[in-house]
Amino acid sequence: MAHSGIEILWTGHNLVRLLVGLWTSVWIAGVSLILGLLVGLLFGLARTGKARLVNGILWLYLQFFRIVPTVVLLFLVYYILPRQFNLNWPASWMAVLAFTLWVAAEFSDVVRGALTSVPKHQIEAGQALGLSQGQLFWYVKLPQAWRLALPATVNLATRVIKTTSLLLMISVMDVINIGQQIIEANNQTHPNGVFWSMGSLCCCISLLIIR
Amino acid sequence: MTTPILTVSHLNQYYGDWQALHDINFVIAPGEVVALLGPSGSGKSTLIRTLNGLEPLHDGEITFQGKPVDPKKWPELRQKIGMVFQSYDLFPNLTVLDNITLAPQKVQHRSRADAEAEARQLLERVGLADHAQAYPRELSGGQQQRVAIVRALAMHPDLMLFDEVTASLDPEMVRGVLAIIKELAVQDQMTMVIVTHEMNFAAQVADRVLFLENGRLVETTPAKQFFAQPQSDRAAEFLTSMDF
Repeated sequence: MAHSGIEILWTGHNLVRLLVGLWTSVWIAGVSLILGLLVGLLFGLARTGKARLVNGILWLYLQFFRIVPTVVLLFLVYYILPRQFNLNWPASWMAVLAFTLWVAAEFSDVVRGALTSVPKHQIEAGQALGLSQGQLFWYVKLPQAWRLALPATVNLATRVIKTTSLLLMISVMDVINIGQQIIEANNQTHPNGVFWSMGSLCCCISLLIIR
Repeated sequence: MTTPILTVSHLNQYYGDWQALHDINFVIAPGEVVALLGPSGSGKSTLIRTLNGLEPLHDGEITFQGKPVDPKKWPELRQKIGMVFQSYDLFPNLTVLDNITLAPQKVQHRSRADAEAEARQLLERVGLADHAQAYPRELSGGQQQRVAIVRALAMHPDLMLFDEVTASLDPEMVRGVLAIIKELAVQDQMTMVIVTHEMNFAAQVADRVLFLENGRLVETTPAKQFFAQPQSDRAAEFLTSMDF
């Protein structure tokens, strides 16, 4: 295998550039998840409340982010916000904004679903012991809802990480974007370069996660 | 005469348009054991759940220890009214010991050591001392129900409500649970309201029977008399149908 193409990883600063791109993807996903889960938690709690108007608004909010494709969201924050609202943030922070709003919407429904899935009998058992509303929430609902919410939350997190691949659409130099550049620059001499620039990285990350 | 623990007067309960209870009146004296009997759908569960506010009070009055109940005060009053359910409803994320000590610590602000010491003592009494650190799912139905009784007792209630506590247990488990309730009646003079389908048990433990049908209190009779010679035809029919 004289021309496997692995050397493109060692050519110039390619490996470093890929790792920098990876870091960009990771921090955008990480910050969006942290912020989105916090906001989503608040929204989810609000949706288990009795305020109809708040419920309605949050429901519309959820549906909006559920229906609109993520690419469109990214375009909205990247092209419309600066023009209409004169909001000029760097592209990566725009991406964080879009992802945060999206995660908040999806997670609010996870929280609401988990809290309302705690069996009514459990609540009544707590009430019969004289627990106050706050104590019921803290000692009965939350620990049980947490377990119910965990699988869906992990699922949401993996979706967010995978969706960072769309960041190249708004010119964020994430790992996919840089990989693409490397592939295109070396396509003539190293047609198998894609295998190394993307494939090896993806394999390594996947193996790390599985471990 | 001592103050009754509980007085229910002119109680009507509705689910939407459907009236579940019609003009219920009765008084429970301290130390009395009252069995709430009646066919399925007669309103027994609705009635017993109304007694600690799990069903909102629509119409009528409940007095507890001489004071009219203010629905806003239920959380406070429930400390004095223990309840045990058909489905045990232990908290699955807590050990047996934590299930029992949660409310004494959080609601009554007792120290952990104090609450635990009492919990262990009560567990000993129901023969579950070895299971303090177990999780509810590791216990049999009968064991879970005994823990649920202990959990209610740990709050030092003045009144205990039992809502079909043996209905979802295997027959061999029933005896242990009923023995505990009987012991509470005899040794502790605990005031109790018991909804049950175990007629033999009701006959043994109850001082008085309230017989409900279609949401109406058909008969209030001392237990001995009720089982020997019920006053209403409907109750007689009911007892015959249960006895086979």
